[in-house]
This record gives sequence, structure tokens and C-alpha cells, in this order.
Amino acid sequence: MTKKFITSLTALLLLLTVSRPTLAQTTNAPAAAAAPETPAAPAANNDPSGGSTGTIGDLGGGAAGSYTYPTFQVSAPADLNADDKKDTNKVAAFNDAKKAFDDYTKQAAAEPLAVKMADAVGHNRISINFVWTLVTGFLVMFMQAGFALVETGLCRAKNASHTMTMNMLIYPLGMLGFWVCGFAFMFGGVGALGGGTLGSCSSLNHEYTVHWFGHDWGLIGLKGFFLSWDTYDVGVFCLFLFQMVFMDTTATIPTGAAAERWKFSAFCLYGCCIGSIMYPVFGNWVWGGGWLSQMGANWGLGHGHVDFAGSSVVHMQGGVIGLIFAWLIGPRIGKFNKDGSTNTMPPHNIPYAILGTFILAFGWFGFNPGSSLAGTDLRIAVVATNTMLASATGCMGAVLWMWWVRTKKPDPSMACNGMLAGLVAITCPCAFVDSRGACALGLIAGILVVESVFFFDKIGIDDPVGAISVHGTNGAWGCLSVGLFGDGKYGQGWNGAHWFTLPDGTYKMMDPSLAPKGAVEEGVKGLFYGGGWSQLEAEFVGVLTCFITLSLLSFFVYYVVKLILGTHRVTADVELEGLDVPEMGIAGYCGVVMDKQSETPTSK
Amino acid sequence: MKKIEAIIKPFKLDEVKAALTEVGVQGLTAIEVKGFGRQKGHTETYRGSEYTLDFLPKVLIKVVVDNDHLAPALEAIIKTARTGKIGDGKIFVSTLDEVIRIRTGEKGEEAI
Repeated sequence: MTKKFITSLTALLLLLTVSRPTLAQTTNAPAAAAAPETPAAPAANNDPSGGSTGTIGDLGGGAAGSYTYPTFQVSAPADLNADDKKDTNKVAAFNDAKKAFDDYTKQAAAEPLAVKMADAVGHNRISINFVWTLVTGFLVMFMQAGFALVETGLCRAKNASHTMTMNMLIYPLGMLGFWVCGFAFMFGGVGALGGGTLGSCSSLNHEYTVHWFGHDWGLIGLKGFFLSWDTYDVGVFCLFLFQMVFMDTTATIPTGAAAERWKFSAFCLYGCCIGSIMYPVFGNWVWGGGWLSQMGANWGLGHGHVDFAGSSVVHMQGGVIGLIFAWLIGPRIGKFNKDGSTNTMPPHNIPYAILGTFILAFGWFGFNPGSSLAGTDLRIAVVATNTMLASATGCMGAVLWMWWVRTKKPDPSMACNGMLAGLVAITCPCAFVDSRGACALGLIAGILVVESVFFFDKIGIDDPVGAISVHGTNGAWGCLSVGLFGDGKYGQGWNGAHWFTLPDGTYKMMDPSLAPKGAVEEGVKGLFYGGGWSQLEAEFVGVLTCFITLSLLSFFVYYVVKLILGTHRVTADVELEGLDVPEMGIAGYCGVVMDKQSETPTSK
Repeated sequence: MKKIEAIIKPFKLDEVKAALTEVGVQGLTAIEVKGFGRQKGHTETYRGSEYTLDFLPKVLIKVVVDNDHLAPALEAIIKTARTGKIGDGKIFVSTLDEVIRIRTGEKGEEAI
């Protein structure tokens, strides 16, 4: 019955996308119990062929703290109405703008070639950004292979086919969920945010916002379902691809935490939920223009919850889901003894684990620098180098901590976990720290991941590959670390918050038009660099929100799936035999004799 | 007819095989096995959990000889497989009821 239901639902959804019924695609329809939303963004302007994206209008502005493209084209100012004409300031501003427009019109007429060239430059700027975003997105897609290898290598051989196939299927399942509604929920309103590195994406113009306690709270996006109607636009598609591969990184993390006992059908239902519902909620709040990003502009909490490439949006979300699922599904048979001590289940392929880690580290060169969404933002060099350095200190931190302090041997699996922990931790602060900060927070991440693995073992949560410790614990640490190590060199005006160092040395948030002479606008600044506690507080709120929200969503999905299927877990017989043949129908290593006795300890 | 089963250290296989061939033994079967003797194993730690490595890899050699070849074969194995350290292994000798060559149907000592 479940299969028929899913098949008919899928058919219905596909029919909807093909037949395009006229659903109301209004901008900003007021919600029932809320005040009217923020003013409508400029009318949607979609470009499916790419012919009109990237023009003279895309010159001007640039990433915060990075190269600022000189504005070339000047638009005519909006006409003043009768009320405005009474305000002398508004009239003066209008006159200035009108004069600038007239001067531009005169010059454009005198030098038409300059205008044509500017249009080409604008197109090239956007094109560089498109190429950058897409290619880094392709690198992140390859991380799926890295995750598959790491997880399978650290698990037992009798479950290889099952573990690998979970990692395989999460790619299409997550992607399709994201296409159906996840992307719309997460990014439905980003067109209004500007930024403009990929053109305007102006068709993404509906963020459901409520007005509580005098401020706007963006809660969820509502534009871009099935990438259809007027969101069929090259900029939107580029953004979709890039954001989808990030979502799939989150999606694949719980497959490691729940490996070796998760029923494949239960995993598939989880897969349907992750891209469509679980990931986009918190994602919208941080990256979709939602309330966590606006905590700076609204309440003076730093630059709001800052997360450059996703320590919280991607990794901590995955870690929390992994934690709840690993906890609810329960430990593997034979893992824990009655006295709480643990039994070893040795990894069957260390070479896979190491190779997978390198593939992930390589993919991270897409993950972090790509999050600039702009090849023209040269901060990407700093981002990439910081990423690399943190991976190194993360690896060394974990290895040396094991070797000198904990087990007296340089454990290969912890070398992998340590490098990945460093990478997870640098993911949030990568654009905002210098190389010393990157090294330091990576080192802390390496030690933290080891202690975290021991901690979760001690409290009885079985995590076969360390996914919760790598992604959950260090995702949180990564976000908090930007509140400590942010050095203010990049990120001016991030999330719409403007912080200035005044001539007298004080550091405060203010509207740029009110900043006194000699005030210098700063980027994202942390405690150790004179930024005070504000950014750290903002990060803490974000981290706590992530934990609470994803715990609730995980409980919800877990119990819904349990309702449908009856159980998340394979039977004890299947688990002891190995999941490959009973669940998947084929062994991972046909023709290879398994040493079952040494693979399956007995609880004492 | 006697069957010799010898458990030896894996790296000694080539030497033992060469010595047996020299004394006239014409066939041999080798199997990879795990085993332990009086010394048992030792403890290791992986990611904070202790585990014991009781079993050590060994090789089990099976050789069938006629009574005349028994003593030379045993001496060949003992001389080459011995290192003097713990774990050198053991030899088991048993009497065989029947030996048959599948291809020709020969029986008894002719089949060895």
C-alpha cells in the first residue's frame, strides 16, 4: 500500500509540473494573523536562456570587503509625489540624482562604444561568477563519493553493499526533495536580498515574514517550487545546483551515524524528507534571509548569525539528525557491554577511509571558496588557504592527541576524523579569519573530535564512523569560533548589519548614513580581535536554534517513518549476518570469504 | 600411509615446501588459518575500545607420505619451520585408511 501511495504521489507531482496549472504566484500575500510583509521586491524578471543575464546593470557593487565594481549605468530617479515635494531633503536628493542621470545620458550618447563595452564587462563579471559557482558545485557533488568511501571503509565488510547504496541513493532522493519544495522553502525570498553575483535572481521574491515585537522575522520561502513558472531562470538554476549539493552533504551525514543497522526502506523515507523539509527550515533562517541572519540588523547581535559556507547550516544540521537517529535507532548489537564499556568493531578498509577523506578535502575546495558565489571576489584565495590550513591542524591535532595522550598509537581513523573536523570547523569562519586563526581553530577541532567520540561512546550512543562528532560537535565549534577569531577584514555589511570603529576607538553598529567622519566600517569581528561578545552571542543563538530545531524535526520524521513502516531497524538475525544480502539482494564483495567471527563481538 | 598436518608461521611456507620437495614429497596442500596456543593473544585499543587479538594468522600444511618417507618429512618440516621463538607451531601425524587418485583410480601407496 505504501508503494502504491508513493508512486501515485510522484505521478501527481510530475503531472503538476508538466501541466502548469495557474496557481497564484503572488509576491508577499499578507499572512492571516500577521502584519503586512516587507514591501514587494522588484518585479520578477526571469531568463531561461541566459541571453539577458549579465549586463551593464550588473556593474556596481561587489562583495563586502572585496573589490567594488564601479557603477557605470545610472538610472532615472523615481518621480516625487506631491508629499515628497514638500520635503527639501528629498527634493535635493532628487535633483542630484536627476543631474547624474542627465550627465550619464549625455556621455552615453557621446561615447556609445563605452556603453557597449560596459555591457560586455557586466556580462563577463556575471559569467565568471556563474562558472565559478557551477564548477565549485561540481566539486562538492564529488564529496558524495568521499562520504561513501569513508563510511564504508570504517564499517564492516558484510554491510558494504548496504552502506554504499545508502550513500548512492541519498543523492537523488535529497536532490528531488529539494527540487520539489526544499529549494523554494529555503531560498524563495533571496531575490530581494540583492548581492547580485549571479544576476538578480529577482524571481525568488517571496519570503513569508511575520512582524513580531517590532521586527521582521523571515520564516520560510514560498517561491521556486519545481524550479518552474518564473523561477525558470539561469541565475536561479545556478543557485539551485550549488545549494543542492550542500543539502546533499547534510543528507548523507546521518547515513554514517545510523550505519550497519538502519533498514533500507526507513532510510529511503528519511531521504524523501531531508531535502524537502528537514534541511530548508533552519537553512532559510540563516541563508534565505530569515530571522537568524537578521539578528544583527534587528537586535544588534553582531552581523546576525554568520555562517559563510555552512558549519551550522550543513554540518551541524547533519550531525544533530545523526545524533537523534543513532540514539533512537539504538546501538549495534554487541557494541556496548552491561557495564557501559565498548566493544571494538574494526573498520574493514582503512585505505577506503583515507582515500575518502582526501576526496572530501578536495571537494571542500569547492565547498568553502565556492560559497562566495563569485569568482570575482578575490577573498576566495584566503578562504581556500584557510580551509587547507585548518584541515592540516585538524588532522595533526587528532593524531597527536591520540598518540601522545589517549591510546598511544597514531590511529588512522582519527586522522581521517581529525582532518574532517578541521574542515567542518573552518567552514563557517573561513572568509573571516586569518591564517593563524584558521590553524588554531583547526587544532582545537582535531582535539575536540577525539574527545567527542569518547563522550558519545560513554553516554551509550553508537556512531560507527564518528559522524556526530565530526559534523555536529565541530559544526557548533566552527560557528562559535567565528565569534572568537573573526578579524574584521571581510564581511562589511554582512546580513545588512553595519559595524563601525569610530575615531575614538569604540566599536558599534550604526546606519552608514549616520557614521561620523573617520569611522571605518568593519567586517565580521570576533572577541579576540576587538569585536566584543556580540558576534559570539549571535553564533550561540544560531547554534542553539539549530540543535533545538533539528532535534524536533528529527523526532518528527523518525516517528512518522516508524508509523508507516513499523520499525527503523533490521532484525537481529539480519544484523548479525550482514545487511548486504537480506536488504540489498547482493553482497558488496561476492567471492570474498568474510571473517564473520572477528567482526561481531558479543556484549558481556 | 600417514597424514602429516603441520601448523607453521606463514612466512615459513616457501622454505618448508622446498625442504619437503627435497626429501621426495610430491604433493602438498596449504590452507590459511588462525590459531593460538598457550600464550594466547594481546590487547589493542581502537577509538577508545579495547579488543584482544587472540588469533594469529598461521598456515596449515597437509602432506600424505608412505611410512618410509615419514621420518625424513618430519625432520624437514621441523628443521625449516623452527625459529626458536613462541608460535613456531605443531605437527599432527595420523594414519590414513585410504588414498585414491581421482584421475586414474589408483589406490594405496601408488596414489601418493
